[in-house]
Amino acid sequence: MGYVAVKGGTEAIEASINRLQYERLQGGKIIEVENILATMKALVDQVMSESSLYAPYLAALAIKQAGGSMEEAVFLMRAHRSTLPRLYYSETVETEAMFTKRRISASFKDIPGGQLLGATTDYTHRLLDFNLLDEDSDENEKWLLDYKDQLSKIEQGRQPEFFPKVVDYLREEGLFKTYEKDEKVPFDITKQSIQFPAPRSAKLQTLTRGQTGAVTALGYASLRGYGQVHPTVGEVRVGNVPIYVGHPYEDMDIEENHYYIGEMEVTEVESFVPVKVKNEENEDEMEFEIGYGVCYGQNETKAIAMSILDQCLEHPGSPFPTHDEEFVLLHIDSVEATGFISHLKLPHYVTFQSKLDSVRQVRNGGASQ
Amino acid sequence: MKTNHHFAFFDEGSKKEIRRAILKAVAIPGYQVPFSSREMPIARGWGTGGLQITLSIIGCEDVLKVIDQGSDESVNAVSIKKLVQTTTGVEVTDLTQEATIIQSRHRIPEVPLDSNQILVLQVPAPEPLRDVEAREYMTKILHSEEEYSGAWLQLFEQIMKFGRTTTGADHPVYVNHRYVMAPSPIPRFDNPKMHQSEALILLGAGREKKIYAVPPFTDVRSLAFDDYPFKVESFSGKQCRLCGTSDVFLDEVLAADTGEVSYQCNDTSYCMERLNQAEKAEVENNYA
Repeated sequence: MGYVAVKGGTEAIEASINRLQYERLQGGKIIEVENILATMKALVDQVMSESSLYAPYLAALAIKQAGGSMEEAVFLMRAHRSTLPRLYYSETVETEAMFTKRRISASFKDIPGGQLLGATTDYTHRLLDFNLLDEDSDENEKWLLDYKDQLSKIEQGRQPEFFPKVVDYLREEGLFKTYEKDEKVPFDITKQSIQFPAPRSAKLQTLTRGQTGAVTALGYASLRGYGQVHPTVGEVRVGNVPIYVGHPYEDMDIEENHYYIGEMEVTEVESFVPVKVKNEENEDEMEFEIGYGVCYGQNETKAIAMSILDQCLEHPGSPFPTHDEEFVLLHIDSVEATGFISHLKLPHYVTFQSKLDSVRQVRNGGASQ
Repeated sequence: MKTNHHFAFFDEGSKKEIRRAILKAVAIPGYQVPFSSREMPIARGWGTGGLQITLSIIGCEDVLKVIDQGSDESVNAVSIKKLVQTTTGVEVTDLTQEATIIQSRHRIPEVPLDSNQILVLQVPAPEPLRDVEAREYMTKILHSEEEYSGAWLQLFEQIMKFGRTTTGADHPVYVNHRYVMAPSPIPRFDNPKMHQSEALILLGAGREKKIYAVPPFTDVRSLAFDDYPFKVESFSGKQCRLCGTSDVFLDEVLAADTGEVSYQCNDTSYCMERLNQAEKAEVENNYA
């Protein structure tokens, strides 16, 4: 048989996969999953967050398999996630119970419990460190010993501290509304497709698993002018939160029937946004609302951007696209966006032929019907 | 930590959920049923809607055919076929009449399908009203009110501007006299094959999280006006340079060296089948 467009697919795919393998191996080095896990925490965190699967080891494996490509790694994790049965929902996570590693407020200098800078690149100078080119593991070990030694002196006799929320202080003052706790079972976007107008739980789930770049870009657009939200970061906290599941047959409301199944690291942001409201005498008054952001691991930019978008979506009346829930929520998912963009590489011969026919008919004066 | 995958990739809970969406879709012809749409091991936008349908309805006895733009050997068709076969072990075929499930991107095979077959179409954009209304919330209302002025106006505008409708593939259809539906980007040539089809047609949009269906023996009409009737792509006076057929959808082939244009069947397995039959007939004649 003569020419057939994209014929011989089977052989072509084999060869392409071999070539991919060759490119991964040709450098003659092997990176261990443990190495990725130990040295590339930010990357692992980001992959877990965008794939909405908290599994550091699998995320590191995905990064290895994907050759460091974010979108590929997230894609691998999401596909794996599809095969996992979902057995339990956890109890509500209370972030007051966070074992906090870092906690800052941009709103107040002195917050109850104090500011805790923790580990951050914020105040590093972004100069390439050429010393890392030949790192010495003996020296590293010595540094670690020294550091742990100092740490133990400081930590001696101290109990882990739990921090109150900054917003609680302002709530007491009446600057924030106190809402009834919403104990409705959250909408699960992985089991039902999102419908509009979307409940807030569905919005938050979609935002937290959004692509970091996309969430950041839209949050930035809103802040810069294409939106009406200009927040102050009330609190950013990073730390580990304990996860409990209720006993399936016993009374779930009794805490003793909850099982501790582990902890996970999250970044949580509460942004304070001033809004105009009417008081009882129908006069304009200012009060604050909270924009909420949370994501797996330490990814403060994403969490802050999410808090902006959360607040945007709570005010759908604004004409800006960042306030339009369909615009924001349907376009920030990594797997969806990269999938549809990349499908343009697939052949479109039939569809193009069909359009070609239309255009030719018009040119040939097809009006004479 | 090495694991083997479950039969047909999904856990049974996911399959059940997708089947429920399919049943609803069959019960309301042309209506887009939302479903949660799992992430698949192939990319969103690359046939994951069709794939999820195939994986949730397939059984050990099924025979699968996968085509992409008419070709069984196109890279993405091969890739999808490989995934289904690896996770199910079912038999695959190129022959349309042998298959019980045919997953296709943008074509309905030339060989007429029968009631023992299911056609699964991959859909990139399930919403026929998306060009006139960007918001999902609004299009859902328009469908529920059977408010299709936008779809009609689009065609009307084309006639006003160009003297005829200028739709390419994915020309909208009216299903069961109720829902306007995107037939997926099949060429207009294939639209009439949906009308009173003996085979069940299932359409899946993975990224857009919608499943819809044309049940067997359902009326499917392409949108058109009485004075500007629906027209399929014209291949008049042209025939396949390989098998000589003239009443099928043809690919335009450009010879790189001479620049000469010729045509051949887009449905490669149909063409191959005809060639083989011709050869067989020739051999039989020679021996007779």
